[in-house]
Amino acid sequence: MLPLVNELIDFVIVSIALLAIGIYGLATKRNAIRMLFAIEMIVNAANLNLVAFARFIPNSQGQTLTLFSIAIAAAEVAVGLALIIVAYRMYKNIDIADFRSLKG
Amino acid sequence: MADTVFLALSVLTIGSAIAALEIRSLIYGSIALMVTLSAVAGFFLLADAPFVAMFQISVYVGSIAVLILFTVMLVRRELIFSKIEDPRRRYAGVGLMIIVMVGLGIIIIDSGIKTITTDSPPVDFKKIGEDFLTYYSPALVVMALILASAVIGALVLARREDVTTGQRTD
Repeated sequence: MLPLVNELIDFVIVSIALLAIGIYGLATKRNAIRMLFAIEMIVNAANLNLVAFARFIPNSQGQTLTLFSIAIAAAEVAVGLALIIVAYRMYKNIDIADFRSLKG
Repeated sequence: MADTVFLALSVLTIGSAIAALEIRSLIYGSIALMVTLSAVAGFFLLADAPFVAMFQISVYVGSIAVLILFTVMLVRRELIFSKIEDPRRRYAGVGLMIIVMVGLGIIIIDSGIKTITTDSPPVDFKKIGEDFLTYYSPALVVMALILASAVIGALVLARREDVTTGQRTD
């Protein structure tokens, strides 16, 4: 096994950058599939943080939690894509500004 | 200080994340998202978590990205290439991104996280397997049920209502 040369702060900075890009995508985009991309990026930033902290505080629980998180994200994407397909079938569009039949 | 592999992986991650959001075609965007997820798996390898890295590749790159790709191909052609956004929301998004980046960066750098180093060996992945089957086994069962219910829910949601039963003769 190679010696660990990267520090915790490097992982955390990459994670912050990924989180910020994800928030930018969620705030800016109106395409539903692109918003799903942004959500995936935020989830991955959280996972990266968990694994990095679990390495530097030697502990296996961080990796276990990451495995659960990845599985839950898979379920979330499946349901989210099904919702997008239903909305596309109803409105013939994937622009979220068109999904307004629940608007009062 | 970070080494060369780490720097290359971070450039790849950030660049492909921006490309996934900003590239014009949704198909190329989802391929860029695939690159982002693979690069995050590379970070997991650098953090001595090979089990999580393999799980990330098999679940994210193998199933989620392919699922997104198929969904993108289901929508109409002009929607794949359309790029609808208001310029005001764009400025607001860039401002929010800079606020989050600078604010969290200042907090993290001030928090004394730089002094954390470790000399201990990495966690053995056999330990994770043991944990899954002993301490976390109820959570594993619940997670399996959640996955099954999510798949059934997705099938029920995406079912076509307008196809009446009885048309199929087989």
